[in-house]
Amino acid sequence: MHLPYLSLITFLPIVGMIIVLALPKEQGKTMKITTLLITGIQVVLAVFLLSNYNYSLGGIYDQASFQFVEKFRWIDIENFSWIGRIKVDYFLGIDGISTPLVLLTAIVTFIATLSSWNINKSLKGYFALFLLLDTGMMGVFVSLDFFLFYIFWELMLLPMYFLIGIWGGPRREYAAIKFFLYTLLGSIFILIVMIGLYFSTTEPMADGTKAFTFNLLAMMDPNNATATGILSALNPANLRFAAYIALFAGFAIKIPMFPFHTWLPDAHVEAPTPISVILAGVLLKMGTYGILRVSFPIFPEITKQLVWYIALFGMINIIYGAFCAMAQRDFKKLIAYSSVSHMGYVLLGMAALNTMGISGAILQMFNHGTITAMLFLIVGVIYDRAHTREIDGFGGLAVQMPVYTGFVTVAFFAAIGLPGLSGFISEAFVFLGAFGVRLIRVVTIVSTLGIVLGAGYMLWTLQRVYLGKLNEKWSGLKDLNFREYAMFIPLSAIVIFLGVYPSAMLDLMNTSVNSMVQFMQNIQVYYSSINVF
Amino acid sequence: MTENLMINIAVIILFLPFLGFVVTLLLGSKIKKIYYFENFVLFLGLAGSIIIAFGKLTSFDATTITSEFTWINLGNTPIMGEIKINLGILIDNISTLMMVVVMLISFLVHIFSIEYMRGDPRYNRYFAYLGLFTFSMSGIVLTHNILMMYIFWELVGVSSYLLIGFWFEKKSAADAGKKAFIVNRIGDIGMFIGILILFTTYHTFTFDDIFQQISQGHLPFDSGFWLTITGLLIFAGAIGKSAQVPLHVWLPDAMEGPTPVSALIHAATMVAAGVYLVVRIFGILTADAMLIIAVIGALSAFIPATIALTQNDIKKVLAYSTVSQLGYMIMALGVGAFKFAFFHLITHAFFKACLFLGSGSVIHAMHHEQDIRNMGGLRKKMPITYYTFLIASVAISGVPLTSGFLSKDGILAGSYAFANLTGHYLFPIVGFFVAMLTAFYMFRLIILTFHGEPRDKEKYEHAHESKFTMAMPLVVLSVLSIFFWYTPNPVNPEDGWVLSDWIKAPQLYTPENTRYEFMVPDEHTNVQPGSEEIMYSETYVEAMHAIHIPAMILSLLIAGLGILLAYLFYQWKRIDVGKLVEKFKGLYNFSFNKWYFDEAYDATAVNGTLGLSRLLGRFDLKIIDGIVNGTAYITKGFSTFIGKFDNVVVDGLVNFMAYLSGFIGLVFRRFQTGKVQTYLVFVLVSVVILLFIFKSF
Amino acid sequence: MIHAGLTHFLVISVALFSLGIYGVITRKNAVMVLMGIELILNSANINFIAFARFGNFGLQGQIIALFIIVLAAAEAAIALAIVLNIYKNLSNINVDEMDSLKD
Repeated sequence: MHLPYLSLITFLPIVGMIIVLALPKEQGKTMKITTLLITGIQVVLAVFLLSNYNYSLGGIYDQASFQFVEKFRWIDIENFSWIGRIKVDYFLGIDGISTPLVLLTAIVTFIATLSSWNINKSLKGYFALFLLLDTGMMGVFVSLDFFLFYIFWELMLLPMYFLIGIWGGPRREYAAIKFFLYTLLGSIFILIVMIGLYFSTTEPMADGTKAFTFNLLAMMDPNNATATGILSALNPANLRFAAYIALFAGFAIKIPMFPFHTWLPDAHVEAPTPISVILAGVLLKMGTYGILRVSFPIFPEITKQLVWYIALFGMINIIYGAFCAMAQRDFKKLIAYSSVSHMGYVLLGMAALNTMGISGAILQMFNHGTITAMLFLIVGVIYDRAHTREIDGFGGLAVQMPVYTGFVTVAFFAAIGLPGLSGFISEAFVFLGAFGVRLIRVVTIVSTLGIVLGAGYMLWTLQRVYLGKLNEKWSGLKDLNFREYAMFIPLSAIVIFLGVYPSAMLDLMNTSVNSMVQFMQNIQVYYSSINVF
Repeated sequence: MTENLMINIAVIILFLPFLGFVVTLLLGSKIKKIYYFENFVLFLGLAGSIIIAFGKLTSFDATTITSEFTWINLGNTPIMGEIKINLGILIDNISTLMMVVVMLISFLVHIFSIEYMRGDPRYNRYFAYLGLFTFSMSGIVLTHNILMMYIFWELVGVSSYLLIGFWFEKKSAADAGKKAFIVNRIGDIGMFIGILILFTTYHTFTFDDIFQQISQGHLPFDSGFWLTITGLLIFAGAIGKSAQVPLHVWLPDAMEGPTPVSALIHAATMVAAGVYLVVRIFGILTADAMLIIAVIGALSAFIPATIALTQNDIKKVLAYSTVSQLGYMIMALGVGAFKFAFFHLITHAFFKACLFLGSGSVIHAMHHEQDIRNMGGLRKKMPITYYTFLIASVAISGVPLTSGFLSKDGILAGSYAFANLTGHYLFPIVGFFVAMLTAFYMFRLIILTFHGEPRDKEKYEHAHESKFTMAMPLVVLSVLSIFFWYTPNPVNPEDGWVLSDWIKAPQLYTPENTRYEFMVPDEHTNVQPGSEEIMYSETYVEAMHAIHIPAMILSLLIAGLGILLAYLFYQWKRIDVGKLVEKFKGLYNFSFNKWYFDEAYDATAVNGTLGLSRLLGRFDLKIIDGIVNGTAYITKGFSTFIGKFDNVVVDGLVNFMAYLSGFIGLVFRRFQTGKVQTYLVFVLVSVVILLFIFKSF
Repeated sequence: MIHAGLTHFLVISVALFSLGIYGVITRKNAVMVLMGIELILNSANINFIAFARFGNFGLQGQIIALFIIVLAAAEAAIALAIVLNIYKNLSNINVDEMDSLKD
């Protein structure tokens, strides 16, 4: 029996939060260092998990091939009024889909901590909430029980609200409430479906009886469906289609998918830099992760029906996000819209439902996490110094800040999808996978326009901010300091490393992706064989 | 020399420039003289490439050497089957020759730049970028699969972005870099979709595997039509990189970069990459695809040639001549003159590099004056530059004894033969006409720059011949523009080693029913693929032979006519140019303004995209976000209403009940006097009333 | 001689009761109110005895009448004690001024 590594990595920040809360108010420096230490340990733990990860186990639907599993009964109430037995498992485990994201969360949080050094308003609250958020994010990626998943999902909502609403920019209240309401709306959809699924799934217990369960893996197995549950495929009058749409909408808000994306630019613009980094780097991935982890394997037959629409929305995200980005004058808003565009690739790749597409989608999640983190840090650096984000107000910064501009070039070209940097291989995989599916081929071809549009708005921004004559107003700006080097160098290293050697990440997820694709295939055959529709 | 050794050297020379890039970039600010490292690295690269070429052409003339490793292995996947992405190196005659050209020109450009760029604040970084550029181009040349081709293709794009926009403080330079990258990307989309089709059909990126499957009759989506489309889509990448019409607009703007960079871009790298790509995929081009490629090539030969006639910027003239010459190569590929296309790629690389470096020498001497109207008479001041420039110009004009004559003549003959076989006579007509235009504008350039009297006395006085490091590359390149490097017979290139031994006729993999008839080997002639003759069938060989002498004489006459006209116009001034311009004002303006391509693109594509983006941006802000905010507003309004309702109606009702009971209490408290007797009276009265109510009597 | 029937007894009883009520309600003096109560009690006694004589109930009526007499005595004793206490507190026994029940 190994140590409960996953619990450790998830709840370590809570320990940190308690320490931060126990510290006296004046000890700002200590709080920063505590947080940095905690997130640093998290990175070490994540790397440890990675090094002990067995690449040949698939996970997805099979508990035995999940790794670092922790499972015990958490809540178990018998004869709970009319419901009967309520039971929730504390069920953690990782497979090839979640491991990259756990790693991403650890890295991005660590970098975000470094970038929090400039925060100087009520540090205690900030770092406490920051660490709470960390726990929430980590928890979402490691939990395999829907109830637990939902708790973590909600857990990260609250600190985010306060982090934007208190430490944000001038319109922070508006942005925070918008973010909160939007995601809460999504959560409600998820909650409804979760309850519906609970009453449609039973799991055999040790004593031979069957009990309702929140276990995600049990929900994936059609043998566990009850005959009368409203979300059970065996029930001829089931509501699975509506539930799928609701669940998808719930996750889509987080991605954010057009037309649910408008909270994102506002939230990003108002949020402080480290929070933007986390928001774009990790939070957006939860939507797509949720779809992969929950929607797809639990509702495979409906997924199959709706593949074209998912791809279509991916395409709209790519193209529409790119156009919107091009129209922005606020640097940060531009980056925010570029996230919309890049998350479209994830959707498109997932819609392919084949190995290349899904691998590309997960890789794109990871790459987008690192690249966008860099992009927001870039905006943060410039905003710290110049206190403005108006793109047209800059110009010629390359002369003034050459090293910084070097990192900018790496990040921008990675975002454009330049080969040799990580963005390329994930985009290429998404396209290769999606093109292989006849149904969504046309959508894929239209989506390739994103390649040009991406280059268009990124290079245009690069030119307006960094090239040209130096705007004399900014001749006093300093180049990067040591702390900023520490933020940019690891991220650039990852971006370049994965660009040259993507197998490092692809091998990690390959078995899981294959078993997921296989599972989706098999179960679709099963569903069409029972043919209850 | 073993195959393994060659592969190892190839890998080393591929990564040497990259090493140079990394080292020079990182240490550039610390060590002033680090650029020597970059130059040294390039020298090693050149040496290595020559060694490989020597080994390949002497020991392994007929074989193709490949070496690959698995970059990404997805194993046996459920739907798509076995997926392995291999990267690797391909050494055949074409790639070794190309490699020598790339390395040689890059090396010479490096040497030239040492002096040319001296004093630049980002001196070392310039050399680092040159290294990156050379690395990217070497990758394109050496790859054995199309994905790696695309990867390095994009890297060439980014290094050109960095180099063209090297002087990014100038807005025009930054714009030009951006334009080059984006226009290239438009072509790249086509190429990428082509790659998608190939991968979806064949599940591999390796050229050889794809070709083999095509030759076995396995076509994309099982139709020859889609094979045509695939070929054209990949060719779209070449349209972008090789600056073919209609995506040629980036190239003249790219002149904003330092002049040695222009030499590199326009001679051996980047624009050559497009032609090289078509050379690589030539075997899978169908007749329809080839026809369209030939048309694009002919247009690209013609339109820029007409523009070059009227330009006054020395580099712009050369830029348009580059597009025009590339058009020749593409057209040659389109009409099936494969060998001559590649041959022209090589010869053009040398004389065009010479021309650009020569112009760089002039510009350097004239203190960054680029307008030929302000030059003149430089022959005396800069003899080396003049004579090398002259040799290169003679070569590009197609005068005998030069390399340009050999290759160009072959292309013209090929297009003529093609016309005889298929009836498309427009190709040779365009070819010959452009040959005349080329001779004309090149000599116009020479006469205006070097002959006659200096028009800007002050600058002329300061002009001086360039130093050795700048002059040496010019001499080397001009010497390479003379025939004897390629063939002992100055009028027949096919007698030489380049065409008879080194460049093989391409293998064709397309199904025979999608080829031109003359490309289907005759049953009885027994022509083996890869045979040494440039031939596809007896008919084609006969057509080529029949046309060779007339085409040569015709091209000679045409080139002579062009040069004569240039002398008449500018040297002897027998014809007044000003009057002629007045007479054909419309045509002149049309040519001078580059056929209004930029204006048209700005008006449609650029403004359309920006307009659409603004529209969508506003749509997002007003409509989508408006709906969200509207929902919030309505919800808020509704909640205000509910709040009011709650306050007034619901709470009002409650309060009313309270008032009512208060009121009732007010009335009834009167009865409570506290006096027992009063109560008693009430009791009595009540009893009496009750009695009456319940009376049963 | 007129035979005295039940009706006569009842009439006297009603008269006594009415007088008693009247006394209780109208008198201001607490002692007079008490006397009114005695009258009411006695009217009840007459009723009991009359019904016992003319009805078919055995001795029950007489027994209850005796009981009521005892009760009346006790009641009077307590009531007078209360009146005395009221007098001590308020120095009069005017019923009209005793309205502390109102509070």
